[in-house]
Amino acid sequence: MKELTDLTLEEARDLLDRRDVSSVELTQAVLDRIFSVDNDVKAYLTLTPEPALEQAANADRIRAGLGADDPPPLLGIPLAVKDILCLEGVPTTCGSRILEEYTPPFSATAVEKLQQAGAVILGKTNTDEFAMGSSTENSAFFPTRNPWDLSRVPGGSSGGSAAAVAAGMAFGALGSDTGGSVRQPAALCGVVGLNPTYGRVSRWGLVAFASSLDQVGCLARTVGDAAILFGAIAGYDARDSTSVDAPVPDYLASLKDGVRGLRVGVPREYFIEGMQPEVEAAVRAAIATLADVGAEIVDVSLPHTEYALPVYYLIAPAEASANLARYDGIRYGLSRQEKDLWDGYRQTREQGFGPEVKRRIMLGTYALSAGYYDAYYLKASQVRTLIRRDFDRALTQCDVLAAPTTPTTAFKLGEKTDDPLQMYLADVFTLALSLAGLCGLSLPCGFDQAGLPIGLQIMGGAFDEAAVLRVAHAYEQATDWHKRKPRIA
Amino acid sequence: MKLSLAQVEHVADLAQLALTEEEKECFREQLSSILEYAERLQALDTADIPATATVLPLENVLRDDTVQPSLPVADVLANAPDVEGNCFRVPVVLEGEG
Repeated sequence: MKELTDLTLEEARDLLDRRDVSSVELTQAVLDRIFSVDNDVKAYLTLTPEPALEQAANADRIRAGLGADDPPPLLGIPLAVKDILCLEGVPTTCGSRILEEYTPPFSATAVEKLQQAGAVILGKTNTDEFAMGSSTENSAFFPTRNPWDLSRVPGGSSGGSAAAVAAGMAFGALGSDTGGSVRQPAALCGVVGLNPTYGRVSRWGLVAFASSLDQVGCLARTVGDAAILFGAIAGYDARDSTSVDAPVPDYLASLKDGVRGLRVGVPREYFIEGMQPEVEAAVRAAIATLADVGAEIVDVSLPHTEYALPVYYLIAPAEASANLARYDGIRYGLSRQEKDLWDGYRQTREQGFGPEVKRRIMLGTYALSAGYYDAYYLKASQVRTLIRRDFDRALTQCDVLAAPTTPTTAFKLGEKTDDPLQMYLADVFTLALSLAGLCGLSLPCGFDQAGLPIGLQIMGGAFDEAAVLRVAHAYEQATDWHKRKPRIA
Repeated sequence: MKLSLAQVEHVADLAQLALTEEEKECFREQLSSILEYAERLQALDTADIPATATVLPLENVLRDDTVQPSLPVADVLANAPDVEGNCFRVPVVLEGEG
């Protein structure tokens, strides 16, 4: 039999349902795995073993009392939460010194929904500070390492969640995606990462970075597991005025529908000079596989793709500069007490924020400032409209789009830290979809010669996650990339 | 176009950041190169294109003005560095008044 920690969420759930294993045993196995490998990987910022085992024991009691009734969908399943989502009574740092001592008095809606579905929460995973980054190296505490090669980054900003799922340290995890922060680390760590449509999942309790872009997403070992997690967190929440009141379909059940008759568009702008040849080859082969299993492949164009990066790096920092104005050292977080109110404010922020956060606050403040607003922020917001129109037009010719998630596989720690623009280019294939507010997913589609995972990105229209998941599932069924496990050494 | 040191200081002032001299010089270089990269947007004619501020077809979202349960005050104040009674305590803002 497989190690318990190598099981998919669905397999673990079956064992629990058959009473072959208890949630306490499952949770203890995952905790043991964390104790044995997380000194090297460093996926978790905060681990909460005792509450986790208590939740597991409680889940076992609930299951024993159920009789023949169906258990809640995640009953007794150990999961991880990115440390940018509030969890009541547990430090929520956002990877920042400014929130190092912050313990929220409430939980995010997405976290509450996992708990209502019976999940066991293991702890909080590492992130680039305030989710600003593509490698988890911007965490104020320590970088996370890629389980496939400890000298390389796991991607970011949800790098802790992706690494935890890849290394058997959780059966699934929540992340957040603003410009690729779920899909990109999923690609680099060889797991599935789903970024839902803007408005599909409540962001109440998700610490804000760029409010017109932020979404809560999930990381999982398989597409089916992602469908289960996503189904648990999706839905309307009156506490988030941007959440949309639309019915939540049974995503897991819809996977069975297959891809016959679905049209998969291949946007030519996503195959560019300078991308790693092995990535292009693996993605092209994946598209051929989709054709083999019954999808119709069509060529499409997203002509404004090349503008997504400059648009994103004006809009997201502009919104961040406004959102992060709240860190004033008065109500919560780090506080440098000075005689003068403004001195205290400035010194608190100088000491509490790391370089990337300051850089983005500066960039965003500049883009919004008098004399530059029209040339930068307004211009970027107009080009954003063109990017959305590209997708709307392409999606009249096809049901979903298939493309690479990232231009390269995982890079070395320190390789891009001195050049912010090079780091931003790691997100070049994920930004446009975020700007358009549509849904997308990354799943493994191969490995390069160094043994590093390659990600296939499936993108879909607004609230059409079911189609994205179906196509991804059909591909996964036809391949066995997702069955490979990293050997951590 | 390269930002001047005075521009960097002005933006830091707007953003309420007390940057070190080293940080100012570093951001001057880095912001200049990022903004230079962003110049490519100017090549697009967007005269007739509306701006996208949100992707959702939402106008104002309103709710009934009814009292809802809220967090206990003590829990909310627990993270504050300085409190007095039920209030956050801050240094004097307007000296010599009141």
